[in-house]
Amino acid sequence: MLFYSFFKTLIGQQVTVELKNDLAITGILVSVDQFLNIKLDDIHVVEEQKYPHMMAVKNCFIRGSVVRYVKLPASAVDTALLQDAARREAQQPTVPAPR
Amino acid sequence: MTEEAVPVVEPNAVEEPLDLVRLSLDERIYVKLRGDRELRGKLHAYDGHLNMILGDVEETITVVEINEETEEEVIRTIKNTAEMLFVRGDGVILVSPPSRTGA
Repeated sequence: MLFYSFFKTLIGQQVTVELKNDLAITGILVSVDQFLNIKLDDIHVVEEQKYPHMMAVKNCFIRGSVVRYVKLPASAVDTALLQDAARREAQQPTVPAPR
Repeated sequence: MTEEAVPVVEPNAVEEPLDLVRLSLDERIYVKLRGDRELRGKLHAYDGHLNMILGDVEETITVVEINEETEEEVIRTIKNTAEMLFVRGDGVILVSPPSRTGA
């Protein structure tokens, strides 16, 4: 849930999504869901000469499972908040509490 | 005999493997990924899938190429950097805290 909430805070930012097939797409983050599926607007492929078949595509949906990386603007990320959230998430018991 | 051992939960204790990752928050770590990729960067967040957010990241991709003429294997590394990177956990092979690797 942490990363779902985190990506929701990044809606409207420009991000670069690198896929497992090495295709990298830059665009404005429009929406995200619990599977970390991603919708991007105003997209362009980073290596357009190498992958010209995407030139006409202006927006897209990316299945979360094919994502390798998402490059983010550091200015849009509150790292202290993220670390606190990660610690809190780690404390949530994954096994039922004793008795 | 009936005395039950009440586990004392120390915040810094390593009880399960992921605790090791928790203790690496705000530290530089080394991450080995599928596809001969390695990352070094500062860990800002992670979850149970090993999805992660890393800061000031250096990515190293190792490529083995065969020289056409000599048929020798040439190992080439490609380095990339990113200031802030989300890494999807399904590609992660191992995560190592900084001290061992000097990441």
